[in-house]
Amino acid sequence: MINAVGRDIPEEILEKTGKEVFQGVHHFDGYTYRKHGPLTQAVINSDGSKLVAGIHDVLVKCGIKDGMTVSFHHHFREGDYVVNMVMEEIHKMGIRDITICASSLGKAHDPIVPYIEDGTISNIYSSGVRGKIGEAISHGKLKGLAVMQSHGGRVRSLVTGERQIDIAFIGAPTCDDYGNCRGIGGNSNCGVLSYAIADSLHADKVVAITDCLVPFPNFPAHISMTRVDYVVEVDAIGDPKKIATGAAKPTTDQRKLMMADYCTEFVVNSPYFKDGFSYQTGVGGASIASTISLAKEMKERNVHMRFGVGGLTKPMCDLLINNQVDCLLDTQDFDLDAVESVKDLRHFRISAGQYADPFNKGAVVNKLDFVILAALEVDEKFNCNVVVGSDGVITGAQGGHPDTAAGAKCAIVITPLLQGRIPAICTEVTTVTTPGESVDVVITDYGIAINPKRTDLIEAMKDVDLPFKTIEELREIAQSITGEPERVKFEDRVVGVIESRDGTIMDVVRQIKPFEFSEE
Amino acid sequence: MNPNKKRLRRTMMFLNAQKPGLIKDPYIYKPDSIMLDLEDAVAENQKDAARFSLYHALQTIDYRGCEKVVRINGLETAFWREDVRCAVAGGCDSIRIPKTESAQDVKTVEEVIIQSEKEFGREPGSVLIMAAIESARGVMRALDICESSERLFGIALSGGDYTKDLQTRITGTGIELMGARQNMVIAARAAGVQCFDTVYTDMNDMAGFQQDVETIHLMGFDGKSIINPRQINTVHKIFTPSEKEVIFAEKVVREIDEKKAQGIGVFTVDGKMIDIAFYDGAKRTIELAKASGTYKGGLLDD
Repeated sequence: MINAVGRDIPEEILEKTGKEVFQGVHHFDGYTYRKHGPLTQAVINSDGSKLVAGIHDVLVKCGIKDGMTVSFHHHFREGDYVVNMVMEEIHKMGIRDITICASSLGKAHDPIVPYIEDGTISNIYSSGVRGKIGEAISHGKLKGLAVMQSHGGRVRSLVTGERQIDIAFIGAPTCDDYGNCRGIGGNSNCGVLSYAIADSLHADKVVAITDCLVPFPNFPAHISMTRVDYVVEVDAIGDPKKIATGAAKPTTDQRKLMMADYCTEFVVNSPYFKDGFSYQTGVGGASIASTISLAKEMKERNVHMRFGVGGLTKPMCDLLINNQVDCLLDTQDFDLDAVESVKDLRHFRISAGQYADPFNKGAVVNKLDFVILAALEVDEKFNCNVVVGSDGVITGAQGGHPDTAAGAKCAIVITPLLQGRIPAICTEVTTVTTPGESVDVVITDYGIAINPKRTDLIEAMKDVDLPFKTIEELREIAQSITGEPERVKFEDRVVGVIESRDGTIMDVVRQIKPFEFSEE
Repeated sequence: MNPNKKRLRRTMMFLNAQKPGLIKDPYIYKPDSIMLDLEDAVAENQKDAARFSLYHALQTIDYRGCEKVVRINGLETAFWREDVRCAVAGGCDSIRIPKTESAQDVKTVEEVIIQSEKEFGREPGSVLIMAAIESARGVMRALDICESSERLFGIALSGGDYTKDLQTRITGTGIELMGARQNMVIAARAAGVQCFDTVYTDMNDMAGFQQDVETIHLMGFDGKSIINPRQINTVHKIFTPSEKEVIFAEKVVREIDEKKAQGIGVFTVDGKMIDIAFYDGAKRTIELAKASGTYKGGLLDD
């Protein structure tokens, strides 16, 4: 069945997942439903302890069995030890057909690939995957499906009960023996626990895993003891060097700086750039550079930001230090400056649900004026791909991309026209992850294209001295340099689903077919 | 005359001809000219590889209006003749001669250019020349060099070698370059060709760079050699007339045309005394704004 972005979703996948095809970003506006609540075991006696000796014991206590769903958060990013240690134990116990429901997975989790191959893990729900897991999925090693969810879409699936977690494992930088978890302190200080909040609210069993047990009460708790069943102390939950490093040096790559300058020039000339505006950006070189150049323009033009959202990095926290923004809303901290900034009273932790769940009574993304994003590919309909590489292998994450693009008044995507020899601006993206209806502007090193449906922005930019082009012109320039690339070849088998934030199917990912040169 | 001889050359960006990442699309930064280097940036044993990369880049890549200058190896080397053949065959716009010390140096290269134009079917006279001056002797002979060939569009100071020859060093103040700059720009103006300043190598000192560009702009230079795209906007801003300057220049041209018809020689525009001596300068301002793509008015349209 063809969906609203023109992708043909196979009937068997619709049947297998019970999902509908994507019908537009606002299709479910006003949808009513009753929230799902977790199975809860009361703790009345005061002599019980929540401390359990180890991962094995806690799995036994939680009643681990074949076919269960276990969940994880990704606040430790490439420094995470929790996923591997839990999955190793599950594997040792001979459990099979596990569904992993993670807020994201990265290269740190390469060690679980053998468990995909031997059937310990049969389904994966995640914002995205990288490294060897992505290769394993794209080569058809996963028995079931890999479903890629946006940060907001993941929370929606838990709140509605569409996805049910049997056991949530929450790596906690600090925790007391009664399960009060904080993202702050300890060796694996990651600042916030935003992505784990929904798991703590909706999983049947909630296990806190920490390497820094502190005396009760570990307050103010980011995740309360009232939602935690067990606490396990281990030697280490993460590698601090890979969790939050020193702030990245601002890029000196002139191409990125030029795109960042284009972006800032666009932002300051748009109707939304006025006192009290709101802004979110990512962690790419060009995104960070555009925050730095925007800060300069804000100072020169005496314009003040009301709130910034993130995925935070040093340049965003500098806005707070310099009183250029009233407050920051934080879902994740990418560097030590951001972790440190959590202590500021104007720096607020928010949950992934508050941030982006499309099925609550209004998420933060809806209040965004600007979001600055990146993309692997953008096509002539402004559809973006942030998950599947141009080689057809899954190697990225939806993150908050579709959520913020849908919510923000002005969604700007920055990408170089060419990624190596492959055009980033193309006729049709390999896989649609963010629909073109949510994307307003594409900024490349060769020029800037405004989505033609944004006639208001086109009008506002009439006299602005920027290299405006149509998206078709950008695509033509790209192809005049590289030629039209041959399309990647796939097998019939669907290995992955790109779930829209509202739970419908945006696109599917098929098993990769080994490349062969054509006969001619 | 080759119509490109007087084209706008505010920035000339050095690029190692052997580095694909650098030469594939420098035009996105909009320098007026790019200078594909076969000389100092390329190791002795890589000259051949660099020529190969240069030829194919020139043949394949559409540089979208940027002038393509090729810096050949010095006349004392075994490389320069083949450099010229390769550059002309590839389709370069101009050849930059390093370490030029005499009018004869220019004539020697011109001979090979003429042969190469013939050999590769290029229109006679289509390849221009610029001469880099890198020694005290070169500076002293600047006027001779400027008048050496009809193809020569300009001269450029190369500060590194020049200061060594002068037994001083680059100080960042410009004091060591003062004499050469002054002498060269005067020679170039006397001969009616362009004059370009040397590179500024401290990429972390953008304020110093700006100061340097402002100085050479006031001295009368036409542009500056640059080593990084980050430097382009600074030079273009300084070398492009401001809106205010253009409006004033328009008034001057119009008033002089009008007053001349009425037989009036001296008058005032916006409170400033103006006579015919201002005419050429005002026209040049408008021409420069036009070439820079900032002029929206209709004066001087052919």
